[in-house]
Amino acid sequence: MNWILAAPEIFLAVSGLLILSAGVLTKKGHAFLPSATLSIAAFVVTGFLVALSPGGVGYEGLFVVDAFARFIKLLAIVGAVVSIALSVGYTSEHRELPFETPVLVLFSTLGAMVMASSASLMTLFVGLELSSLAIYVLCAIERDRLGSAEAGLKYFILGSLASGLLLYGVSLVYGYAGTMEYAPIAAEINGNGILPLGLVIGVVFLIVGLAFKLSAVPFHMWTPDVYQGAPTPITAYMAGAPKFAAFALILRVMMGPFGAMSPRWQMLIEVISALSMLFGAFAAIPQTNIKRLMAYSSIGHMGYAMMGLAAASPAGTTGTLVYLTTYLIMNAGTFGVITAMRRRGHEVSEISDIAGLGRNNPGLALVLVICMFSMIGVPPLAGFFGKFMVFAAAWNAGLYPLIAVGAVSAVVGAFYYLRIVKVAYFDPAAPAFDHPAPSVSFVSIAMGLATVLFLIGLGPISDAAQAAAQALID
Amino acid sequence: MNAAIAQIGLGPYLTVSAALLVLGVFGIFLNRKNIIIIMMSMELILLAANLNLVAFSSVLGDLSGQVLTLFVLTIAAAEAAIGLAILTVYFRNRGSIQVEDVATMKG
Repeated sequence: MNWILAAPEIFLAVSGLLILSAGVLTKKGHAFLPSATLSIAAFVVTGFLVALSPGGVGYEGLFVVDAFARFIKLLAIVGAVVSIALSVGYTSEHRELPFETPVLVLFSTLGAMVMASSASLMTLFVGLELSSLAIYVLCAIERDRLGSAEAGLKYFILGSLASGLLLYGVSLVYGYAGTMEYAPIAAEINGNGILPLGLVIGVVFLIVGLAFKLSAVPFHMWTPDVYQGAPTPITAYMAGAPKFAAFALILRVMMGPFGAMSPRWQMLIEVISALSMLFGAFAAIPQTNIKRLMAYSSIGHMGYAMMGLAAASPAGTTGTLVYLTTYLIMNAGTFGVITAMRRRGHEVSEISDIAGLGRNNPGLALVLVICMFSMIGVPPLAGFFGKFMVFAAAWNAGLYPLIAVGAVSAVVGAFYYLRIVKVAYFDPAAPAFDHPAPSVSFVSIAMGLATVLFLIGLGPISDAAQAAAQALID
Repeated sequence: MNAAIAQIGLGPYLTVSAALLVLGVFGIFLNRKNIIIIMMSMELILLAANLNLVAFSSVLGDLSGQVLTLFVLTIAAAEAAIGLAILTVYFRNRGSIQVEDVATMKG
């Protein structure tokens, strides 16, 4: 039973090790493409295993598979596949990523999957570290570029500080609840009239640690530098799978064991959400680097997604999950375009470099416009539905000030998204970009189409999100 | 509660571990010199949590806290290895590991 429950994770771990060994044995400099292809194949198989895996609790109550875990795992897998596809197109004669890159993405996603399935604080911490340690290395993987090394160093320092604080929170919760497993913790909190102070402090430390991984304000300071310095496909990855996994944890922990004490933490989440939305909107205005701009944009989007959590209701959780799905799609499309931004093999990432894209490469420009409008939340693009669902959930929960903040920052945010569209179409043209690699064009166009046609998939996706939210409460 | 911890109770353990945590956090934020010191402070934070876990585990008579401690020790070793590797890469590019030099990106 245990083996079958964890079959996707076991398969992914074993294939990661095999790909790594195969890469070492291959001739130097020829291993990247086979390693990327094999990793994508491993992800596809894992995706099917996840979809087919039976539900249940295993490993003495440490590991759980339910609709929620499956939903997050599939999101993480899609994000990882997209970023590996982008990393194939990123490689050129000037810049080459080592063959370990796809394997590290694979291990990081494995950690994210373990986090999504955690039923105990122990699984939570181990999964989180597996995911983070791989990303620290990924940020610094371009060893000869100062920016990449600096991004890796900054993310390492602040990330391990966050893990340390989270672990301290885990130890306090363990001590005052008397157990690490979620179900008994929930029973302990429900059965106990007064909460021990130590438990409350522990929960605050947990929220701080997870908010750090989510890059929510006021724990966001690493995000812009790391997004700017890391290789573009890795930035695309960081905006996806690890965020979903951190959200999975925060949703699972807050709605599950600590659901009964929601009035205590709701306020904290509301403040974090409001600050993230405002900061994401205002701090992005003066940016000139598009990767940095996307970092601020991701801070803002995490604020919106958190609105669903602040509602502390099944509808809110559903909204958050749909929001994350739409964010995955439009973010991947945008990063597809950013990866395609290179002249004579050299990457450029200033916003002014986009000028003339509408004339030089109408296809890419269209994808960029679609993604930007979707990020603003214009119907009927993907981003609208996510925003609509979290706003509706917050409205039903009576969080009117939060909705007002969200509306204001959406309007302010629209300014800088529209500025990119303006630069792409109406500014005096800059020299054209190189012809993008096939995998980059494929990702951009596929994600652009998915953003436009999201309405078709909305029914099944929101049904799945609803089932996932229900699984958290049962 | 086992005999050794019963004599002095949980309080002193929690106090020492809280002190270690505070030392670690201040070590990271007040230190303006060397990145190696930041890494040492991070180890302090992890040790603070470990001490908590072991003390609670002993008081609760539940082994899972000590199991997690073993995991944390392993993870801390991996983290230190990765951190030093990244620091080496950084030093080769920048020629310095002073905290104030880690600021080529701003905004």
